[in-house]
Formats: sequence, C-alpha cells, structure tokens
Amino acid sequence: MNLEIAAMQVFNGVSLFTVLLLMSIGLAIVFGLMGVINMAHGELMALGAYVTYLTAAAFSRFAPGWMDAYLFVAIALAFAATSAFGWLLERGFVRHFYNRPLDTLLATWGLSLILQQVYRSVFGPQEVSVPLPLWLSGAWEPVAGIQLPLNRIFIIGLTAVVAVGVYVLLTSTRWGLRVRAVTQNRPMSAAVGIDTSRVDALTFALGAGLAGIAGCVFTMIGSTNPGTGQLYIVDSFIVVVFGGVQSLVGTALSGLAIAQSQTTLEYLMSGSMARVTILLLVILVLYFRPNGLFARKTRS
Amino acid sequence: MSDFLRGRAMRGVLAVLVLLALLPLVMDPFRLNLSGKYLAFAFVAVGIVLMWGYGGVLSLGQGIFFGLGGYMMAMFLKLEASAPDLPDFMSWSSVETLPLWWQPFHSLGWTLVLIALLPPLLAYLFSYAVFRKRVGGVYFAIVTLSLALTLTVLIVGQQGDTGGANGITDFRTILGRDIVGDSAKLVIYLAEAAVLGLTMILCVGLLHSRFGKVLIAIRDREDRVRFSGYNTAHIKAFVFALAALLSSVGGAFYALQVGMVSPNAVGVVASIEMVIYAAVGGRLSVAGAVVGALLVGLLKSYLSEAFPEVWLYFLGSLFIGVVAFMPQGLAGFALRLGTGR
Repeated sequence: MNLEIAAMQVFNGVSLFTVLLLMSIGLAIVFGLMGVINMAHGELMALGAYVTYLTAAAFSRFAPGWMDAYLFVAIALAFAATSAFGWLLERGFVRHFYNRPLDTLLATWGLSLILQQVYRSVFGPQEVSVPLPLWLSGAWEPVAGIQLPLNRIFIIGLTAVVAVGVYVLLTSTRWGLRVRAVTQNRPMSAAVGIDTSRVDALTFALGAGLAGIAGCVFTMIGSTNPGTGQLYIVDSFIVVVFGGVQSLVGTALSGLAIAQSQTTLEYLMSGSMARVTILLLVILVLYFRPNGLFARKTRS
Repeated sequence: MSDFLRGRAMRGVLAVLVLLALLPLVMDPFRLNLSGKYLAFAFVAVGIVLMWGYGGVLSLGQGIFFGLGGYMMAMFLKLEASAPDLPDFMSWSSVETLPLWWQPFHSLGWTLVLIALLPPLLAYLFSYAVFRKRVGGVYFAIVTLSLALTLTVLIVGQQGDTGGANGITDFRTILGRDIVGDSAKLVIYLAEAAVLGLTMILCVGLLHSRFGKVLIAIRDREDRVRFSGYNTAHIKAFVFALAALLSSVGGAFYALQVGMVSPNAVGVVASIEMVIYAAVGGRLSVAGAVVGALLVGLLKSYLSEAFPEVWLYFLGSLFIGVVAFMPQGLAGFALRLGTGR
C-alpha cells in the first residue's frame, strides 16, 4: 500500500467517523445520564436529514440566489427541530420508563417503527438527496495524487466544532456541571437542589439535536431513505458500549477506532467480512473490559 | 400455593392445546400453513418467556439461534433436493465441493442432532462467559443484537456457502416424501403442534420446580442468590441455552413450513420482533407466548396484505402499548377476567 492510498484511506475513515461520532455522543450522554437506550435515535438522525432536504428544497424554490448558504440554515434547523422533538419525547414518553431500561428499549423501538412509516408516507420510500453547495464541490489537492473532497473536509470540521462544543458545554458550564452531577449520583444531586428532571429533559434534547446534526452531515455523503436511521443505530450503540458510557473522550476514540479499522479492513478483505471481523473484535474486547475500553475504575 | 399456580399455568397450556387442535378444522390449508409458520415463532416466544419473563435476561438476538436451526434444516432439505449435484446457489458462486461443515447434513439423523445440540452449546458457552463477568441488562441486549447483525452480514456475504441474501429455497421433499401438498402441510402442522405442546408442558413444569424459584430469585435480586451460594451465571446461561434450543427447533419447523430460510429471519428486525410475541402474550405466561405469536403473526399477514401502510404503525403502537399499559400481556388480562378483579 503506497502512501497516497494510505492517506486517502485514513481520510475516508475519518469522514465515515463523523456521522458515527455525532450519533454516539448523543446516545452516550443520554445513556450515561439516564440509563436509557433510545432505539429511535437513528430515526432522529433521519429527521435531521429530512429537515436538511426540506430546507434545500425551500431555498431552491424561494431563494435560489442564497442556495450557497442553505447548509448553515439547515444545520440550525435540523438541530432545532430534532432537539424540540427530543424534548417532547422525553417529557411525554421516555420519562415514564426510567426505572425499566429493557422496557424503554422495546418502547423506543416501537416508536422508531412508527417514525419510519411516517417518513415513508410523507417522503416516499425512495431515496432523497440534497444538492451540494457550489463551494463544497471539488476537491483539495494538498500534494499531487491525494485528492480530498471538500464536502468531507467540511463535515470533519463541523463535527470537530460540534464535538468540542459539547465537551466545553459539559465540562465548563454550570449546566454541564449539573449534568455531570446527576450522571454520577442522582439522589445526591436532587438533594442539593438540582432539578434533575429538567436536566434529564434538556440533556435528552441535546442528544437528539446532535443526532439531527448527524443527519444533516449524513446528507453530505449519502442519500436519505426512511430506513437510513436503522443502518446506523446498532453501530452507534457498539461505539458507545465499546468506548464506555459516561466518557465522552472514550466515545470519540472508540468511534474513530471502529471507523478506521472498518475502512482499513475493507481495503484488505470484502466489506461484509470487514464488518463481521470488527463486530466480533468489539465483542471480544468487551468480554475483557465489560465497562468499555475507556471506562474509569469505580467502585459502583 | 405452588400447586395452585402450576395448575393455573397448566390449564392455560391445555386451553392453548385445544385451540391448536381446533385450528385444522376451521382453517383452509393456506391459513393453516400460515399458522404453522407463526407457531415456529411460538417456540422462540416460549424461550423468551423463560429467559426474559422469569430470568430477567433480555436477548435481542434470538434470531441467531432461530436462523441456525432454520439453516441447518433447510440445508438438509436442499441437499436432498439437489442430490447428487451441489445446491444451485453453490454452483452459481462457483463453489465446487461441499464445504466440510455442511457434510453432516446429508443425513437426517445428524441434522436433527446438530439442531438440538449446536445452538444451545454455543449459547451456553457464550452467555456463561458473559454472565460470569456480571454483564447483563441492556448491555447483554446490545451485544446479542450486534451478534444477530454480525450473523446476518456473514450470511449475506458468504453467498457460496449460505445462498446469500436469497437464502436457501426450492426444496420440496423430506426423505422422498412431499412437504408442499395440503395433506403434507397438515401432517407437519400436527407434528409441530405436538412438539410445541410437549415443550409447553415441560417448560411449565420446569418453572414451577425449585429451579424456577431460583430463576425468579435471580431476576429479582441476583446478589442475594449469589451470596446464598448459587452460581447464578450457570443458571442464567442454562436458561439462555434452553431458549436457544427452543429457537433452533422453531427455526427448523419454520424451514419446513415456509419452504425457505433467508437472512431476514435472522436479523435485527426479526430478532426484536420475536420479543413482542412474548410481550403481547404475557412475559410470564408460557401459554400466552404461543397465543401472542399466533395472534401477532396472523395480524401481520392480514394487515400487511390488506393495509401495508398500517402494519408498521400497528406494530410500533403494539410495542409501546404493551410495555406501557399491559406489561403482563394478554395472559394478565385473561387472569384479571378469570379472578373477576
């Protein structure tokens, strides 16, 4: 394998990793905080993708001159729409299942089936895609022989900004402090006056919003159909579990490791065998580190 | 008290057996065949009741064992159908000799032995290792779910060995006897119902033995059972293996009833759907699981034919509704009717 191909492989791995990372961060903070497995997380991502699609359609219809800027509006709208939906979901639905994690899993799966059918009825079963803004088409060629598509560079940058933003939010704001407090010890946090159910709702909304951005990013590299979310959900869970819940850095590293080995192995063997190898490796690692690769040692 | 509960559970089983015996009288061969297909899922559902309802272990990967049983049975039938040549999908992928692991499936005896032994053995080894590490709850659900995904990807990818996405199809005889005609369907249905009846009776017996008591204790407070000197990992792994055996037997009957087996019966969606059969019937009721599988299955056939748009809405609402409003399922409902409360 020569250097150019290696560089391109790494780059492709990183861009595959963006969607996975945004999905997994959302899942990880929700799971870490509330112990809830949200099987409808993939459908929230699809919602973000469809919002992006609608925004692009609206721009091309009403403001074709501003088409180049639609993406930024779409990112904001996708985040707003999915986090609002996430907030409603938490308040009206997930909240009632907090003490029954396995039941939550089944109930949110039911929700995901309903959402898929809604998408199918509204947008049709076929794939929809968005036009790429002009300034994102083309490729950057740092040295001869290596071509890095601009849209992928953009989504990597966007993901980095979002991930760092979430990290800062959780580690250096009052609100983040409350989230971490509730994650570590819920009864004690409630006792010192933190409104835990408000923290739950907002965190769930944030996780959902991140899935929405993931959906927006996804439209840059693929076409959306009603089943798009389901393709990512199991992978995202594996990333979360592999990285160890409650550890944002762990989630990021495990997402990167899984995406990189996926693209590298795909280069060496068939796509399906690459996936099987990775899944089995992850399960093997989990056997030796049941709390995830990057879990801190605790006495709980 | 125990005798009373066992008696109640056994009466439920008897009622279901009567129902199963009546079905051939009121259904045409096509509908009966459909019922037979869903009875195959009833085996899985009974396993889920043991494992989830009584053991507190939720596996979202029962499709793995269902698929193993189904593929083993289908391969035997396919080898018979294509003898003396190789199965057609193998020659399409230019596989020239039968791979070693398919060799035992020339004989019905070996096939049945492997259907009964291989899935429980794998299930036991895997789950004992996991339970010994005290991994459980949602982690176990996610790991089994990803194993189901792994197996699907593997089956689809290895087209030459497994028939790929199309699965194994196109077999019509077992030991030279026809399996697609109406009378053959009736015989297969009756055999399946008989095996299922026996399974239900044995499972109810098991649940009301000392073993069942320990199992419930593990579900409710595993630490205490462990401190009392029980090796809880062994017991949970045993139940998981038992559920795997039931799934595998169900898969074998599925292959016989439907005349094909494909990765769709193994995957993530199918595996999670199997849980709803048990949940609808009642996660604490062996007889309820069978009714749940039949009912949801027949509704699925009806709705997805008549109103394809509605089916997913219905199934989704079923997941939510059962979990939110009737955690004991239909069996709990029947019980309340029976006791007049």
